[in-house]
Amino acid sequence: MKAQLLVLPLVAIFAVPLAAQDRLPPAPYAYQQLRDPAKEAEAKELMETLRCLVCQGQSIADSDAPLAGDMRHEVRSKLAAGESPDEIRKWLVARYGNWVTYDPPFDAATALLWFGPLIFLAVGGWLAFGRFRREPDAANDAGEGGAA
Amino acid sequence: MKNRWVLFVPLAIMGLLFGAFIYRLTTPAETLIQSQWINKPMPLFDLPPATEGVAGLKSSQLADGKPRLVNVFASWCIPCRAEAPQLEALKAAGVPIDGIAIRDRPEDVAMFLREYGNPFDRIGADMQSSVQIALGSSGVPETFLIDGKGIIREQIQGVILAEQVPEIVAKLEAMK
Repeated sequence: MKAQLLVLPLVAIFAVPLAAQDRLPPAPYAYQQLRDPAKEAEAKELMETLRCLVCQGQSIADSDAPLAGDMRHEVRSKLAAGESPDEIRKWLVARYGNWVTYDPPFDAATALLWFGPLIFLAVGGWLAFGRFRREPDAANDAGEGGAA
Repeated sequence: MKNRWVLFVPLAIMGLLFGAFIYRLTTPAETLIQSQWINKPMPLFDLPPATEGVAGLKSSQLADGKPRLVNVFASWCIPCRAEAPQLEALKAAGVPIDGIAIRDRPEDVAMFLREYGNPFDRIGADMQSSVQIALGSSGVPETFLIDGKGIIREQIQGVILAEQVPEIVAKLEAMK
């Protein structure tokens, strides 16, 4: 019994985690920078704005998931082959949708994000304007605005 | 005081927000990322054999007039084992199935096929997930329904369930 108890931790240490773990080394460009510093800078900038499909809160630059490594390899290989960061982003968006980019384009779904602050500012301005204007003769139209 | 209801507007907004939070907390958002590469031709690839004795896979082979399945799997993927019986059933129903093995070693693929059966006509080795990414696939197992012209018609994410088998057979039949 005691011997078994001693063996257990050893088994635990040497056990190979079977689940969701491949046994291949990372792709060449997963953890290796491009030779050209300018291209590597472009790659880094692009990878920081591409979303990892596995750990969905991280960029592929941040993630150690094998698929993220393979995506970095894909990005760096394409850049090295002369594609522009924009083309690569479009290529990925065509496959995974806008979900994959942290720099979503302006469209119907994101319009509210862009215009929201302007709308709130306009509403606020309108309310403030109404209030300030009413101040001097407040006695005359009390109850009209309600909100005041 | 005729506009007293205005006083309740903040409360109503709070109520709506609260409702929205509770709704999202109880029904979490969909985290499966569906491929947008549907109704588009199979990306071009030429994958070497994933293991000895089974041919590799070329994209041009997927446009031979016969609708088929392309199963994206891996020997290290536990759910793929659970999917094996359903793939066998599909094969038994006459559905041609090709495989793409993601980040796999030949010996591991061989062991997987020995243990869980081999429903695949061909298996290409996708060592760096490049075909998987080109397909817009985000995990294993995933299965793509390909029509006879090599156009991807549907993506099934996760394990194919036993009750989905007849449906898949019918869908491929309809593509003929």
